[in-house]
Amino acid sequence: MESIQRRDRPNHQPTLPDFCSLGMALRILLLGNLGLALMALAVAQPVTAGAWIERVAAGAVLLEPVLIASLVVLCPLRRWLNRLGYRAGVALVIGIEMTITFGVAWFTGSIGGDLQRADYVRDMLVAGVVSGLLLYYFYLRERAFSPAVSEARLMALQARIRPHFLFNSLTAVLSLMRAEPRRAERALEDLADLFRALLREERRVVRLADEIAVCKRYLDIETLRLGERLQTVWRVDEGALSAAVPPLMLQPLVENAVHHGIEPQSLPGTVEIDVRLRGGQIEISIINPRVEGNTEPPGRSGNHMALDNVKERLALLFDLEAHLETFEDAASYKVRITLPVTPVRDEVRGEVRGEENKEARGGVQVERRSVPRIAPGQPASEPRKTDT
Amino acid sequence: MKILIVDDEGPARRRLRELLADVAADFPHTVAGEAVNGVEALALAQTLQPGLILTDMQMPRMGGLELARHLLKLDAPPAVIFVTAHDEFALAAFEVHALDYLMKPVRAERLLDSLRKAAARITPAADAAAALAEAAADARRHFSISERGRITLVPVDDVIYLRAELKYVTVHTQAREYLLEESLTRLEEEFAARFIRIHRNALVAKNRISGFEKGTAPEADAPGEKAGEAAGDAAPQWLVVLRDCAEKLPVSRRQWSAVKELARGHG
Repeated sequence: MESIQRRDRPNHQPTLPDFCSLGMALRILLLGNLGLALMALAVAQPVTAGAWIERVAAGAVLLEPVLIASLVVLCPLRRWLNRLGYRAGVALVIGIEMTITFGVAWFTGSIGGDLQRADYVRDMLVAGVVSGLLLYYFYLRERAFSPAVSEARLMALQARIRPHFLFNSLTAVLSLMRAEPRRAERALEDLADLFRALLREERRVVRLADEIAVCKRYLDIETLRLGERLQTVWRVDEGALSAAVPPLMLQPLVENAVHHGIEPQSLPGTVEIDVRLRGGQIEISIINPRVEGNTEPPGRSGNHMALDNVKERLALLFDLEAHLETFEDAASYKVRITLPVTPVRDEVRGEVRGEENKEARGGVQVERRSVPRIAPGQPASEPRKTDT
Repeated sequence: MKILIVDDEGPARRRLRELLADVAADFPHTVAGEAVNGVEALALAQTLQPGLILTDMQMPRMGGLELARHLLKLDAPPAVIFVTAHDEFALAAFEVHALDYLMKPVRAERLLDSLRKAAARITPAADAAAALAEAAADARRHFSISERGRITLVPVDDVIYLRAELKYVTVHTQAREYLLEESLTRLEEEFAARFIRIHRNALVAKNRISGFEKGTAPEADAPGEKAGEAAGDAAPQWLVVLRDCAEKLPVSRRQWSAVKELARGHG
């Protein structure tokens, strides 16, 4: 299966932008209005601020309804448009835009009553050209943020696994072999599970529950090494567990928390992990004690690398709808991730996109559906198609 | 031979004990004790007087490399074998200077080899000190002062300023001052992140500087000051005002621009 995917990647087809996402909607509104402002500047006569504002206002009467109507129309049509293939989709979007423009122009014209026939044609042509330009911009943007890119980010993160952690864990397991063989067995199983998760390729999203399971395995192993120095407190809202998150979103941050907040201290410290549903969003906080005088130069620590990496992959997956912020005070350091609740089954944009491509190519997708991965604690009957 | 085991992780200490027991027939020894960091190890080393210390590299409070550097101040420093999971920077220096180290997880055969080598070899303290200084990527967190055969650790964080006297460097903390047999230039290099040179004979902790004022330094505060540099004894010069320290130290003209820049950076 891996080889099939490797071959597929260069054929990655462009897709239409996700008109339903907040980020895209904002970009479309912003770019549309910026375009209007520039065009008004070009045609304003005489060239004064007053004339310009007048022009902008005149254009806005037409532009704003067109933009909003476009989003309302294109959002539900997006999946259907994508299924037609990219070229046909682009042609249709441009057609839809011209139609909407005509409709809006006709409607405002029928109220104001002074629009002439040439204006309709001109407005529709402008709408067509501007839609084409916007789609081209989104095409370039998507190419820059293609799955291959996000995969490269994931691999960079996998390459970051601290060798210290592996060898110290193995030493800890060896120390259990003679006295407590059963604990040693468990620890090796934990280690195997953890590394399987760390080294797994080709997943764009996982369930938050799976990511939390990875963190717990990791913390079990660290507890073996650090003993009572490492205390952990989890607070998890059950409702958030089925949400889609990028793989290895939490584990590197929890590892940072242990590495910077617990390991340099002799006294016990607590890592707190808080997963909350708040107003339709998931808020995840990871808090660790700040250690006095532990100001490692950034180059030597994996800290920023992991933070930047997670931030980047959140942006690739959720665009403007996810945030990662850090806070610190005298006693503690906190990373907070906010992300939208998107069930793994659908609606994660990158994932849906990927699925649709596979459908278009055929073959691969059937094989994939036939081997659904069942996560522990999840009913086997629930169809899941996103794990790869 | 008496052996001291130093590691902050319990399982790692237990594993070393097991392996030492395994090689006991080929290398007779006793495990004199265990410590969980360098500070504790240094205290134990002075009471137990082990011939050999097996130490982890990364530990809270004081790591293995710093421990080894302080141990050299003892009259009969024990041999040190570093046990490390992975430390590329230090390993390169270890290879160059033939310092002994073991990789985790440790193998019994390799441990036995290292024990035999360590028992046979005596490295001159001066060579070892240079090698260790090179292997350490980070500045020490303590100064070690030997007084009447005992080693006193002074946390670098507690130090307000360092001043070169005739043969020594004096280390000034809020509580008292200590004599250190090191060169001010070396100290300046090692602790560049923490101290700034304000004068040919003085380094000051950056975070202790509370301000500057114009005045004349008492003659006694600037020993070794040449008439040329002072440029007229009566001329007022800039003095550094320090937190938790009544004394005000003169800033030489040569250092004034660097010091001023730092002060500006602080806002």
